[in-house]
Amino acid sequence: MQPTSLNFKENASRALHDTQLQRALGNVKTGFIVSRAAARAALPEFDELRAAAAEIKNHVLENLDIYLEEYERRVLESGGHVHWARDAAEASQIILKICQDAGAKTVTKGKSMVSEEIGLNAALEAAGIAPVETDLGEYIIQIRHEAPSHIIAPAVHLNRDQIEKDFRDLHRSLSPERDLSQIGELVSEARTMLRQKFLAADVGITGANFLIAETGSSVIVTNEGNGDLTQLLPRTHIVIASIEKLVPTLEDTSTIIRVLARSGTGQEITSYTTFSTGPRQEGDPDGPDAYHVVLVDNGRSAMLGSEFQDMLRCIRCGACMNHCPVYTAVGGHSYGWVYPGPMGAVLTPQLIGIHEGAHLPNASTFCGRCQSVCPMMIPLPKMMRHWRERDFEQKSSASLPKLALHAWALFATRPVLYRFAANSAARVLSFLGGRKRRFSSLPLARAWTKYRDLPAPAPRTFQSLWQERERKRMRHGR
Amino acid sequence: MADKLLAGAREAIIAKVRTSLGVRGDEPGRRGLVQSRLRNPSRNLIPERANKPKPEQLKLFQSMLEKTGAKVRRLRSLKALPEAIASLLRENNLPMRLRAGNDAIFDELRAQPGILEVLSGPAEADDVSGLTHAAAGAAETGTLFLLSGPENPSTLNFLPENHVAVILAADIVGSYEECWAKIRERFGAGNMPRTVNLISGPSRTADIEQTIVTGAHGPKNLTVLLVGS
Repeated sequence: MQPTSLNFKENASRALHDTQLQRALGNVKTGFIVSRAAARAALPEFDELRAAAAEIKNHVLENLDIYLEEYERRVLESGGHVHWARDAAEASQIILKICQDAGAKTVTKGKSMVSEEIGLNAALEAAGIAPVETDLGEYIIQIRHEAPSHIIAPAVHLNRDQIEKDFRDLHRSLSPERDLSQIGELVSEARTMLRQKFLAADVGITGANFLIAETGSSVIVTNEGNGDLTQLLPRTHIVIASIEKLVPTLEDTSTIIRVLARSGTGQEITSYTTFSTGPRQEGDPDGPDAYHVVLVDNGRSAMLGSEFQDMLRCIRCGACMNHCPVYTAVGGHSYGWVYPGPMGAVLTPQLIGIHEGAHLPNASTFCGRCQSVCPMMIPLPKMMRHWRERDFEQKSSASLPKLALHAWALFATRPVLYRFAANSAARVLSFLGGRKRRFSSLPLARAWTKYRDLPAPAPRTFQSLWQERERKRMRHGR
Repeated sequence: MADKLLAGAREAIIAKVRTSLGVRGDEPGRRGLVQSRLRNPSRNLIPERANKPKPEQLKLFQSMLEKTGAKVRRLRSLKALPEAIASLLRENNLPMRLRAGNDAIFDELRAQPGILEVLSGPAEADDVSGLTHAAAGAAETGTLFLLSGPENPSTLNFLPENHVAVILAADIVGSYEECWAKIRERFGAGNMPRTVNLISGPSRTADIEQTIVTGAHGPKNLTVLLVGS
């Protein structure tokens, strides 16, 4: 998809005035946060498990070249195929070719963020293949031609009446008199409509939460069961996964599973966690005849060994955005690309370039909640600061922030000059502040005073008050 | 064309990973470390709640499942299975018919025609109820481990609107790790059946206004028949 991250400020200001969106975002602030806190409280070892989970991923990342080779070997031994894609275009091309070789007309899809990242649906549609998103949230945004606004709740920006209207517009074969006022009725209608698609699909595409080197298995973590119908019913199952999804063993997978759902939806574990290994085996009455894994790099390998390596531990639970004061105010679409919230603010500049994504690491209050709830203990604020530094370094020396900082440095490194300037400014501003002691408009500070008053400073600076205090003390000999 | 274009991708990605990490890939220490970790999988921290005596373990298993909206019924022995399934279907006004694989645990059920009809094979689109036998269960979260194969086709766990799962108390353990140990014992280290389904509740979604609704795409009703003590 075409990023609009450069317009973050405009996107965000529009979002703040969108009453539908603000109503929908209210659900995030209550639902996810309360259930995560309860799940955490119910498991005394939760924080120790987070540390263990982070440790596992650190080990994998340090040895990723070997884990990829070992994993590939196991997939081949179990009768599957492994494909490698350097970037988005290659990944789409590989998947399109597998679909075409399978003679596919309809393709069902389980929820996959990397599929959004590479723009797979557009590539399939351009070749005359119809991709059908089967996760309820993804189905809703697909029919609305929108991008997901949350990594685990793609349609969290919508309210039921909007979805009811979409269903009435799209599902024309159903009675116009039907009642769709309840959420249960909307879910049931989607179930009926998608059931036919599951049964008709030639290829099923899922993502992967984990790829296990020990067994060559791919794992999906879901609640609806759509991912399972997607991968069990068609003759071909394609798994698309980025290279950092590797984990060593079933035991290591179990450890990370213990922190994943608890951090995301606040469940103890999701309804379904499915381990798929190769195509159907001898004697199996169901399951796909062909199993393909498409490993996507698309910028990950460049993050290794850099200050952004820790980001590759991310397991896409969504906790950082659920707890982010910026995300919960402006919603996911403001971020302008596939990954929103704090994890998106770190990942997006890497994947689409710092020029396009420069606003996102700045869209943070640096309150640190994202890091404190991250199950993989990723230092998200630190990495946002790294992006700010890089962005700053790349700016020309004539840019306004650079000039302003140079001006400030001129004073800050000269104490006499600094004190003189600070004292004069304090006196003048304090006088101008008048009896109200605040400014409702001020030249050079319009961006601030447009939305709130600027308090006038005290007539004397802290330094001068301190000096006077010291002088008095000396005089009294204390 | 495409194949030729992409031929170098594997090597290029692995080379880039190595350059970024500052490694060569032929260091014996690193490869040895990875291989020994894969050959001798070791357990990480396991929550204390997985470590309970049997009666409490079964209670935890049951209460965890019930918290998600699944129903659990306790049976004294496998002999009670046909009547338990029949009354379950009757009470829920369901057709006295369901489909199961050729797992030997259902032989008794098939040998008693007249009570209910047991169809065979993988699930079909109009099946109302599916019956499968879980190979293991983890008490820590009330999680069933179901293995694909002719004994218990995986589609039976997902396609019918009602899923009935049978599990023996003897197969319930505390943690996920103990379940994997059972599966390794059966299939050999590193090997897996095509599909392993960990099921911990009925199908659900909260994609509309964060409101939980059961029966999204998979079964609306999950009933677990827990046999023995």
